[in-house]
Amino acid sequence: MTTNETILSKLKENFGEKITNPDLQYGILSVSTDHEHIIKVLQFLRDDQELQFGFLTDLCGLHYPHRDHKFEVVYHLHSFRNNIRLRVKLPLHGDAPHAPTATGLWSSANWMERETYDFFGIIFEGHPNLKRILNVDEMTIFPLRKEYPLEDNTRKDKNDELFGRDPKLIRADL
Amino acid sequence: MLTGSQHIKLEEGGLEKETITLNIGPTHPATHGVFQNIVEIDGERIVSGDATIGYIHRAFEKIAEHRPYYQITPLTDRLNYCSAPINNMGWHITVEKLLGVELPKRVEYLRVIIMELARIADHLICNSILGVDTGAYSGFLYLMQYRELVYEIWEEICGSRLTTNIGRIGGLERDFNDIAWRKLDKFMKEYPKALKEFEKLFTRNRIFMDRTIGAGPISAERAMSYGFTGPNLRAAGVDYDVRVQQPYSSYEDFDFIIPVGTKGDTYDRFLVRNEEMWQSLSIIRQAIEKIEKLEDKTSYHADVPQYYLPPKNEVYNNMEALIYQFKIVMGEIDVPKGELYNAVEGANGELGFYVISEGGRSPYRLHFRRPCFIYYQAFPEMVKGGLISDAIVTLSSLNVIAGELDA
Repeated sequence: MTTNETILSKLKENFGEKITNPDLQYGILSVSTDHEHIIKVLQFLRDDQELQFGFLTDLCGLHYPHRDHKFEVVYHLHSFRNNIRLRVKLPLHGDAPHAPTATGLWSSANWMERETYDFFGIIFEGHPNLKRILNVDEMTIFPLRKEYPLEDNTRKDKNDELFGRDPKLIRADL
Repeated sequence: MLTGSQHIKLEEGGLEKETITLNIGPTHPATHGVFQNIVEIDGERIVSGDATIGYIHRAFEKIAEHRPYYQITPLTDRLNYCSAPINNMGWHITVEKLLGVELPKRVEYLRVIIMELARIADHLICNSILGVDTGAYSGFLYLMQYRELVYEIWEEICGSRLTTNIGRIGGLERDFNDIAWRKLDKFMKEYPKALKEFEKLFTRNRIFMDRTIGAGPISAERAMSYGFTGPNLRAAGVDYDVRVQQPYSSYEDFDFIIPVGTKGDTYDRFLVRNEEMWQSLSIIRQAIEKIEKLEDKTSYHADVPQYYLPPKNEVYNNMEALIYQFKIVMGEIDVPKGELYNAVEGANGELGFYVISEGGRSPYRLHFRRPCFIYYQAFPEMVKGGLISDAIVTLSSLNVIAGELDA
């Protein structure tokens, strides 16, 4: 029976201090690692005979403009054999963050990494075809970054504060 | 004039082998949605292909960061619009998990009925359109009226048909009325007959079999690597179903079979979807029985006034309801901080919601795991080396829905 504890102890055993921030929320274990080790960790999780995290459920980006590591790539893995999910996070430095590609491990990472690049500008090193996927090719911004406003900056007819919305999140000029 | 066995010598390079680039889409009847497939063909064989998507991208993830939780439901409608209620329920279940709301059994069973109707409506469209794409229009004509009946049931439950916005966080907005139960009863009586007839038309039909067997196959390993879920993964032989592996909304109370295929080709996908419709019918039948047996005959939402939008007549006549209405609408409710990935079995596969809440009225980040988006990238590999006509039926049987592709 593989539990969150055995996953964590196995990871610690193999990667030691490179596995950070273990966190358990709503039954899913979450761990972080660094740029250098992420592919090794993912490969270990995929190929380990006991864990068998053979399925990459989801890959997406996160943006925390006020943190040291402004960007994160989140991998959701699923072990069908043990019926358990795991979240692996990769915090990234800088405004033009680089992450290694996981396309060598899962074919499904291809479009998901393109989507993450498209919306957050995270560059996946070694990706076979890293270009925009949902937005137009001519776009110069990465729209899911927090600094980009949802609405047109020139609009003055709405007072967002009256509707309980944080105007800073909506209008970039404030 | 050539006489005898004269050897014809062609000039070097005189006959060039040429490939042609062909665009299927963005607006083409065969794509059933707005997305483009560029294929390079040699005669009628596909040499390579590429897909361009994003034509109806609506930035739902960005919009969701600025909306209160209960206003995100209409966004989910527009993901897989062939089975909108599953998306709605998936979102409600996710938020309920985040808030720690428990629902009465009756509500969960009512939701199961709605979700399984949605699954039938979705599979019915996919399979009957596959019939149209292989040249058999009659199956579509037979079955389409039953989707109409499903839509009428939803109309009685929530007032709308395609983009349903069914339910609320914490339950349903109203109980099923008598007309809804009557229509459901009618559907349960008539649909099995129609489905049987449909299967008679297709399953052992020589022409249909010749067109679909071996078209667009994918092995279980490749399907897993490409992130396939739902009927398409099961057709490849992997018995993964979120309803069984990680049950939600009391699916553990039901007895049903997960059909699996062997080759992962178009025919297998067709058969898996057909069998799933039978299983869905069985689940609905069980749900109706369970609801009849329950002592609780009236509840249609959990007792969580701080999260559940009160009915409008109460808002105007009752102070507590007015206060809660105001608090919910003005975004004064406390959503706990947390990070949650929750998935439901959508008609096309695992529909996941990854929510990060930092407190406040809107999620800090919401990511939709859309099954179509993830498995559609396998399409060029699946059709490579096949005929164009095979590519069309493969696309059709993958059931790629543009809304879910682009979000």
